[in-house]
Amino acid sequence: MDAQNSTQTAGMQFGIMSVSDITQDPTTGITPSERERIQAAVTIATHAEEVGLDVFAIGEHHNPPFFSSSPTTLLAYIAAQTERLIVSTSTTLITTNDPVRIAEEYAMLQHLSGGRMDLMMGRGNTGPVYPWFGQDIRQGLPLAIENYALLNELWTKDVVDWEGKFRTPLQGFTATPRPLDGVKPFVWHGSIRTPEIAEQAAYYGDGFFANNIFWPKEHYQRLIELYRQRWSHYGHGAPETAIVGLGGQAFIAKNSQDAVNQFRPYFDNAPVYGHGPSMEDFTEMTPLTVGSPQQVIDRYAAMRDTFGDYQRQLFLMDHAGLPLTTVLEQIDLLGEEVVPVLRKELAKDRPATVPDAPTHAARVKAIYGDGPAREARPAANRGDNLTAGSPYQDAPAPAGAAFGLSRKEA
Amino acid sequence: MSERRIAVVSSGLSNPSSTRMLADRLAAETARALRERDIDVQVDVIELRDLAHDITNNLLTGFAPAPLEEAINRVVSADAVIAVTPIFSTSYAGLFKSFIDVLDPDALTGKPVLIGANAGTARHSLAIDYAIRPLFTYLHAEPVSTGVFAASSDWGANADDVAPLSARVERGARELAEAIARKEPVTDADPFDPDTYLGKGKSFGHLLGGLAGE
Repeated sequence: MDAQNSTQTAGMQFGIMSVSDITQDPTTGITPSERERIQAAVTIATHAEEVGLDVFAIGEHHNPPFFSSSPTTLLAYIAAQTERLIVSTSTTLITTNDPVRIAEEYAMLQHLSGGRMDLMMGRGNTGPVYPWFGQDIRQGLPLAIENYALLNELWTKDVVDWEGKFRTPLQGFTATPRPLDGVKPFVWHGSIRTPEIAEQAAYYGDGFFANNIFWPKEHYQRLIELYRQRWSHYGHGAPETAIVGLGGQAFIAKNSQDAVNQFRPYFDNAPVYGHGPSMEDFTEMTPLTVGSPQQVIDRYAAMRDTFGDYQRQLFLMDHAGLPLTTVLEQIDLLGEEVVPVLRKELAKDRPATVPDAPTHAARVKAIYGDGPAREARPAANRGDNLTAGSPYQDAPAPAGAAFGLSRKEA
Repeated sequence: MSERRIAVVSSGLSNPSSTRMLADRLAAETARALRERDIDVQVDVIELRDLAHDITNNLLTGFAPAPLEEAINRVVSADAVIAVTPIFSTSYAGLFKSFIDVLDPDALTGKPVLIGANAGTARHSLAIDYAIRPLFTYLHAEPVSTGVFAASSDWGANADDVAPLSARVERGARELAEAIARKEPVTDADPFDPDTYLGKGKSFGHLLGGLAGE
């Protein structure tokens, strides 16, 4: 573990999440090109680190007007240009991606970022993506459950034998590279309505993330309560020790009326809620806050009253055609005026039993203490995954391995 | 005396509305028929006109504003539904269908429904059977075999003397009352209770496919 590369963040993590939409700016009629928008995403992420934010997360889509079909490529590039930022996803499609590819790509990202990454599983909400990738949307939930079971095995076992309903069976398969330090990437499970996903997150002792953008927060409250209760049921600790992340959405200006005036055309034409409820109604019903830094602070400092003390707060800031200059100003305001106050507010009266936000460094330490972490060194390749237990030198060969092929001491 | 609850969905656009008049007749007659069977009944009337903006917003944003959410909850948790719509362009009103569209597709499964419809002339009366009934069948609701259609003339001169509206209302209401009486009272299954989404006594292992769980 390279301590220099690990984030020093404790307590809560704050950051931004992006959908990766390429939307026409309704005030100028300008639509950025894919090249411009992809470069903008890199600028936004590096700027997030500059203003003291902890996390940058990107979505996954496979159709225009979105650019983020290949999140690990983008995130690896961002990780290379930053030192402290955790890169993540919002979300990675657990339904239509081959879990083997997820295991490989994100383990690779974990190595390249020095552990400054995690990922969020989601099912996706674009119907045709399922058939494009050879799946059936009616199997969305069973896919999410089976694919994640396999992904978890690929990250935690060097050699996997697998047979499931949705994927070609695997015999003696090893996903490479092995997770950095032998610790699988931290996983959040995102859902807006499905209790089975809260159950899944709790079962594995993973994090649960509520999008907290599109709906009234009470919708997510029930899911998070369930997740905390089931976390406890599966023996991971008291309900308040579960790992909860929340989305959110804000548009900030020093003067609250300026925020309203500036954001309204973007709200009114936004792909998701445009031409629907008024901005006033929507900000009242959902966590979207359009106003002064203090208004955003007040709204988000109160989230824990609904959800309990939590670990990660992400804001949606670059969407609906907002130009890059505006997004960067928003990130300035968020990082300089809002988040420092939120950090203090949310640290007050935070019970000692509530865990800090997950980092690779802390998870490595929890497993190995001050001892050395795993370094996976392949044994000489004899194609013997099936017979010799593990293709890695540090794994002890099983007693009485077949055909006398048990490895000599490394 | 046991108590049941009926949700009346009325999607007339004018006020006063002949759709609502028909809905009220059907509700009152159903309540009377249930009381005859020693079943007390509470009736919730939902006027979709009052929720029209919220219904549109729900279609666009994916969530129901609070007043609509309350109405939806009253419908899906009722023991039975009386659904009444004007016939526009040979089918249910768009507002009526939009309300149905914002319900969870499984929400009306097994629920007794009495269909009512109204229009200017009796020439539209089959719309109940070719347009509205298939909608409820698709949703796996259980519409009673009588649907009650009221033409404008049913309310006054030139009404049907042989099978008057009151007799049709009485027949539909009786069928709905019988359907309600046959069923156990609806109990709210909390969707966030593990017994609901996993099945009683089951664990995540069952979702993983045939494992025994804990």
